[in-house]
Amino acid sequence: MADGLLESLLDTPVIATDKVPAWLAAVRQSALAELARDGLPRAGNEAWKYTSLRALERRSFAQNDSGAASHKINLESFDLPALDGPRLAFVNGVFREDLSHSPEIDGLTVQALSGAIDDDVEWVRPYLTRPFDESAQAFARSNTALARDGALIRVAPGSRIVEPVHLLFFGSAAEADIAWQVRSIVELGDGASLRLIEQHVGDSDATPFGNSVSQYVLGPKSRLDLVQIQNTATGSTSIRRSEAVLAADANLSMHALEIGGQLARHDVAIELVGERSRFESRGVFALRGRQHNDTHLDIRHIGRDSSSDVLWRGVADQRARGVFHGAITIAAGADGSDARLSNKNLLLSANAEIDTQPVLEIHADEVKASHGATVGQLDETALFYLRSRGLDVESARQILTRAFCGAALDRVKPESLRDYLLRQLTDQLHLSTGVVA
Amino acid sequence: MLTIENVHVSVAGKEILKGLSLTVKAGEMHAIMGPNGAGKSTLGYALAGREGYEVTEGSVTYDGADLLAMEPEERAAAGVFLAFQYPVEIPGVNNTYFLRAALNAQRKQRGEIELDSMQFLKLVRGKLAVLQLKDELLHRAVNEGFSGGEKKRNEIFQMALLEPKLAILDETDSGLDIDAMKLVADGVNAMRDPARTFLVITHYQRLLDYIEPDFVHVLADGRIVESGDKSLALKLEEHGYAWIAERKLAGAL
Repeated sequence: MADGLLESLLDTPVIATDKVPAWLAAVRQSALAELARDGLPRAGNEAWKYTSLRALERRSFAQNDSGAASHKINLESFDLPALDGPRLAFVNGVFREDLSHSPEIDGLTVQALSGAIDDDVEWVRPYLTRPFDESAQAFARSNTALARDGALIRVAPGSRIVEPVHLLFFGSAAEADIAWQVRSIVELGDGASLRLIEQHVGDSDATPFGNSVSQYVLGPKSRLDLVQIQNTATGSTSIRRSEAVLAADANLSMHALEIGGQLARHDVAIELVGERSRFESRGVFALRGRQHNDTHLDIRHIGRDSSSDVLWRGVADQRARGVFHGAITIAAGADGSDARLSNKNLLLSANAEIDTQPVLEIHADEVKASHGATVGQLDETALFYLRSRGLDVESARQILTRAFCGAALDRVKPESLRDYLLRQLTDQLHLSTGVVA
Repeated sequence: MLTIENVHVSVAGKEILKGLSLTVKAGEMHAIMGPNGAGKSTLGYALAGREGYEVTEGSVTYDGADLLAMEPEERAAAGVFLAFQYPVEIPGVNNTYFLRAALNAQRKQRGEIELDSMQFLKLVRGKLAVLQLKDELLHRAVNEGFSGGEKKRNEIFQMALLEPKLAILDETDSGLDIDAMKLVADGVNAMRDPARTFLVITHYQRLLDYIEPDFVHVLADGRIVESGDKSLALKLEEHGYAWIAERKLAGAL
C-alpha cells in the first residue's frame, strides 16, 4: 500500500540540489537509502506498538516551504517569562534570523546549523554522521537525510551560562502541508553549565509534520537544565528524538510538558556513560480531544554509581490516548547504580486510554532500582470532600487533576517559568486559575 | 429547619438506614449516639449528598427545600457542612487556595460578593486563633501530613470559616486526646447560635461533657430507637448500648 508520508520523505529534490560537503552528501544518501529500504515503523514494530502512523499514510507533504523564511510570525502569544538570553527561532524548519537574537556571552556559542554546514564546521561531523541502526529509528534516519537546519550550542569548559537559551520551533501554515526537519546539537565542556528551553509551537491552523532530533553531549561535571514544551497546533504531527550522552559526574535535568499536537511521539535516549552521572526526567502529558501522545524513555546506565530518576504524570480526557514507555537498562559493570521510575496516570473519561510500560533490565551488582506505574481515576472521596465544601463538580475535578500533574513540575526554575507551564496545563485542561501548593 | 422522615439508605445494595426519622429546630444541638455499624456515618454522608449513598425511601426537608434533590455543592451553599470522620488528604492542593475557592464558590452560589485574598486572610487569621492552629498549616496541602488532631481541628476551622447553618460533626472526637478535644469543643461552642443547628455524631459520651446537647438520640440498626435529654448520654455511658436493646426487647414483650 502506498504510504503518503514515506513517499513525501523520499521525494528528494531538496537534498539533491543542496550544495554540501561530500561527507554530508554521502551520509544523507545512505540514510535515505536505509529509510527507503526499511520504510516507516509498522504496527508489528514493538517500539511503535501503541502508536499507529496509518493516518499519515493517506497524506502527502511538501518538503520545502518556499515561504518559511518570510512568513509573518507573531511570537508575542508564545512569549515565555524570565527569558533574557539568546533565542534561536525556526519556522517550518528554517532558521529565522529576524526572530532570533544572540547577544555575545562569554563561553557560549550559539548558531544555526545551516550556517555551520555552509562553513563545513568540523566539530558537528560526528553528530551528523551518527548512524541509526534500528528500523524503529526511521524518523531519525529521515532527519539525518533531510534536516538542513537546527540549533548548534556549545558551552566552553568551565563556563557557567546564567542566561537561559531559548529554542523556538514554529510550525507555520503554508500552501501545502510541510514535512520539516530540524537537527540540534548541544555540547557542554568540562564543568560547563547551561539552562535550555525548547518550545515547540505553531499557528493554530497549521497541520505540519515536524521531525526534530536533538543530540546533547555533557562533558565531565557539566550540568544541563532542559525544559521542553510541546504545545504544537491541534492538527500537527510532532516527532522528536532527544538523545544525551553523559560523562562522569555530569548532570542532566529534563522537564517536559506535552500538551499539543494531534500525534506526538518523543523518543528520549539517555546514556549514562560516566561514573556518577545523573539524569532526572519529570514531565506531564495532558491530552484531550483525539490527541495521541507517546513518550518513550530509554535510559542506559553504563557508568558505575550512575543514577536516574523519572517521575511522570499523564492525563487523558475525552477520546485521547497516552502512551508512556519507560525502559531502564543497567548494563554489566554499572554497579552501584540507582534507578527510579514512577509514572502515574489519570483517565478523565471512559473513552480515553493510557498505556504505560515500565521496563527494567539489570545486569549489574549492588543496584538500587524501583519502578511503578498506575492508571486510575480521580479519587471519589477527594471529589466528594471538595464538593461538600461548596466547589462544583467541574472545579473539583480540575483542582484535583492539576494537583495530580503539579507534582511533576514543582521543581521547574525559575518560579515564573513553572507558573507558565502550570498555566499552559490549566488551559489545556480548561481549568480555572489558582495556586497549587 | 431539618425534618428527616422515614429515610432508608442503601450502600452498595445493602440497606443501612431503615426508616430513620428526626426533627431538628434552628439553634438546637442534637447528639446522635449509637454502637458501631448502626449507620451514624451513613446518616452524615446521606445528608451531605455523597454518591453511592442511595436514599431508597423517605424524605429530608431542609429550610423548606427537598435536600435530597440537591447536589453536594448546592447543599454546602445552602449551609450544610459535614465535618468528616476521616478528613481527606489532597496532595498538591494548597489549603488556603482550597478554602478560599470553597468559600467563594459558596458565596457566588448565594449571590454574595467573593472575597479577595486580603479580605480572606483577615477572616482566616481570626478563626485560626480560636483553634490554636498554626498559620503554617495554611501553606501546606489540604490535610497532607497533618496529625490526626490537626485534621480534626482543621475540619472545625473550615466550619468556622464557612459558617454553616447545619453542621454535622461525624465522630470529630474520635482519635483526639483530651486537650485537642477541648479545643474542638471550644470551637464548636464559639459557633453556637440561635440560627445554627448541630448534629453531633459520636460513639462516646465524653465529648458531650464539653458540648452540651439539647437532645440525645440513640441510633441502632438504622433507626432512632430512643431520644431524650443529655441525661440519656450518661445512662448510655453507664449501661452501654446493650441496655437499649434489652429495654426495647422488654417493651416488646
